[in-house]
Amino acid sequence: MSGSNGSVLRDKVAVVGVGCSQFGENWDKSPEDMIVEAAYEAYADAGMEDPHKQIEAVFCSAVYPSRGTSEVAEALKLFDRPVSLVQNACASGTDAFRYGVMSIAAGVYETVLVVGFDKPKDRGVSGPSIASNGVRDFPMTPAGWFSLCAARYFEKFGAGREDLARIAVKNHHNGTLAPKSMLKKEITVEEALSARMISWPFGLYDCAAQSDGAAAVILTRRDLAKRFTSQPVLVRAVAIALAANPQQDPDFDFLGWKPTVYAAKQAYAMAGISNPRKEISLAQVHDCFTLTELLTYEDLGFCEKGTAKEHIRSGTFALDGELPVNTDGGLKTFGHPTGATGVRMIYENTLQLRGKANKRQVNNPQIALSHNIGGAPQVCGIAILGLP
Amino acid sequence: MAEIGISSYGAYIPMTRLAVGKTGERAVAGADEDALTMAVAAGVDCLRGLDRNSIDAVYFASTSYPYREKSGAALIARALDLRRTVATADFGASLRAGVSALLAAVDAVKAGSLRSILVIASDCRMGAPRSSIESQLGDAAAAFVVSDGAIATVEGVHTIAEEILDVWRSESDSFVQTWEERFVVDQGFRKNIVEVASGLREKMKSAPSDFDRVILYAPDGKSHQQAARALKVPPEKLQDPLFGKVGNAGTAFVPLQIAAALASIKSEQRILALAYGDGATAISLRATGAAQKSKSRGVAWHLEHKRPMDAGVYKRARHLEVEPPRPAGGISATLHHRDRDEDISLKAQRCSKCQTLQFPAQRVCFKCHGLDQFESVRLSDRRGIVMSYTFDYFHPSAETPTIAGIVDIDGARLYLMMADAKPDQLRCDLPVEFTFRRIHETGGKPNYFWKSTPVQSIGEVSGANRDASEAAVPPRMPVQ
Repeated sequence: MSGSNGSVLRDKVAVVGVGCSQFGENWDKSPEDMIVEAAYEAYADAGMEDPHKQIEAVFCSAVYPSRGTSEVAEALKLFDRPVSLVQNACASGTDAFRYGVMSIAAGVYETVLVVGFDKPKDRGVSGPSIASNGVRDFPMTPAGWFSLCAARYFEKFGAGREDLARIAVKNHHNGTLAPKSMLKKEITVEEALSARMISWPFGLYDCAAQSDGAAAVILTRRDLAKRFTSQPVLVRAVAIALAANPQQDPDFDFLGWKPTVYAAKQAYAMAGISNPRKEISLAQVHDCFTLTELLTYEDLGFCEKGTAKEHIRSGTFALDGELPVNTDGGLKTFGHPTGATGVRMIYENTLQLRGKANKRQVNNPQIALSHNIGGAPQVCGIAILGLP
Repeated sequence: MAEIGISSYGAYIPMTRLAVGKTGERAVAGADEDALTMAVAAGVDCLRGLDRNSIDAVYFASTSYPYREKSGAALIARALDLRRTVATADFGASLRAGVSALLAAVDAVKAGSLRSILVIASDCRMGAPRSSIESQLGDAAAAFVVSDGAIATVEGVHTIAEEILDVWRSESDSFVQTWEERFVVDQGFRKNIVEVASGLREKMKSAPSDFDRVILYAPDGKSHQQAARALKVPPEKLQDPLFGKVGNAGTAFVPLQIAAALASIKSEQRILALAYGDGATAISLRATGAAQKSKSRGVAWHLEHKRPMDAGVYKRARHLEVEPPRPAGGISATLHHRDRDEDISLKAQRCSKCQTLQFPAQRVCFKCHGLDQFESVRLSDRRGIVMSYTFDYFHPSAETPTIAGIVDIDGARLYLMMADAKPDQLRCDLPVEFTFRRIHETGGKPNYFWKSTPVQSIGEVSGANRDASEAAVPPRMPVQ
């Protein structure tokens, strides 16, 4: 696919405020509480004097909202303006962000709010629900779907469960450094390997923590950014791509995920990136399962197909490595409220680019990428932020 | 001498036990028993050697007594041949009903309204078959006489009430229902237990560790240990909660442990009992040194007298042989009818333009994007190869793990479960054929579809999947 005019978007829109609620099992908080927590932090971060006058439109993302747009509008009392809900599986957060960016680049609005949230703990299930539709749809477990690349990848490239465990260990470590993360617990490779099996090769520690949470971002036109902040961050690129259902696709090799490859191609063209490993300073990727993070290193071109295990062992993607990945602990430990996750990644990347990530700060970052993949998976969203 | 409190105790644990896990068991009422018969048995045990005419009230607590309207206490009084002028009261609904009845009896005797009250708690609760709560529940009853001449007195009480839908059974439910486990344990049980214990500490200036024995309600063994740690109770002071022996006996849980503790407590020793259910109750008890007059068998005797329960008898007795009606579970009969070529005939389609074989039926070709130019191709009598696979322990099925994976048949890809395969046999490119199976029973009916199965040479044993379900740890997986 080609033909999208990336230059219409590139560096036209600035992130001027970010906020994030505490992620976790927020039994005592409503979706509205978390939305307020995230949005008001973003308002303050942008130095907004009167958000009710300054925000012209709201783009929300939530995968299982109880009401949707009205939850956000009513929580924030943002009436008499457009409020829309964007759903695109686990890429919903990045896609809502994309709609916000496009609406400003198109000249429709000057300043908009993006809010991602989800509240799985109000649904009464510990993990993802196992829904069914058609008779042959079984088994429908996300761990079952995302594990399907393991057997063939392991056989071909000689990686194994220990490589996955090292990713879990890294993300558990990074999560201890993020105040708003759900899990703050270091683990060892041995603990990860001996945990109970969920869906081979995924043990418990290979699976992300489903949590409640909300995150918010304020976007404005680049030339207006200084009204809000002395440290604006520019949107270099934002992309969404779909691919065939990997369970049906006659052309699929089970060595990586096509949606990521497609979205990366768009995003890199838009951002003018030709050597991702050298040009990108840090990344937040969708580690719903450890193998997803491993495949994403390769699908995003951070390393050659089949070489991820060497980089995992040498620490390329560790917090002090060449290209730190999931600096806040990722979905694994920061938590995964599905609709919030993409927006939470923008929050983390913005803090990093401003040099405000405290104990987990990456050295002198210039460009930060965020990545969501979801469904069977069929969809990927990528956003690239950079300093002006 | 005339201290008022518990002057006698008794217990009943049915002899029949069902195995739980590898080493544990739980007490289950026999085919001819229920919460009421167990209550009578506990009453008999408590009154052994006592003058039954001295009892002037029966307080009965249960959430699972067979009638919704009709007194259990009156029936028990008759079965125990108590005075016709006996007062009766039934306590129910909350898992704390047992300790609530006990405290109400203490108050009534202290107030001088009644002199001697028989308090009985009995439960025979049912969890849905194969649910995790089913394996945690156990059936038992406990009984006390509350009067003067106490062997233990109530020194202090603290209660809190909580509105929470963590564990419940509505009028139409046969089985105990629960919200998610983390919520049940963290937000309901543990939060309230910790709060009520600290409330009692404020009142009595006694922390849990200051007591000689601590009785702690918990939904299961794991949360019992976690809560004991949170309350900083030394393990040697914890009364055995009887998980793995009896199970969670509901309203009788804490009363049963009080009965067990009273059998071995020494003069002036103190017991802390913490009960939970829509709030929590903390009770401080002190042993007076008086000896109990009843010749009850108590808990220890009942723990030793047991026999295994036949699983078939249990199912028949509890009416579990007929599957309870289940919702459609998301299965759409409309969709299934539309998909019958794929679901039942295992048919794929071949693009007439580019010859790509694909599954399931599409309108637009995956490869050449041609529209509606396909011929139908039967796959069920062909062979394919394993493209990828996983062992899914999360997927609900009678045999775990579920082996599932992608099968390639001349380019068409099918996501299928695998039948009659040994886990260590799995590898990419393994040749497979197809077999028509019941793949699940969602919606309370058989749902049929095809599974893949390794191409077996004649004489090879099928049904080998059994090995996987019986393995204690995940079987050897082909790694690296």
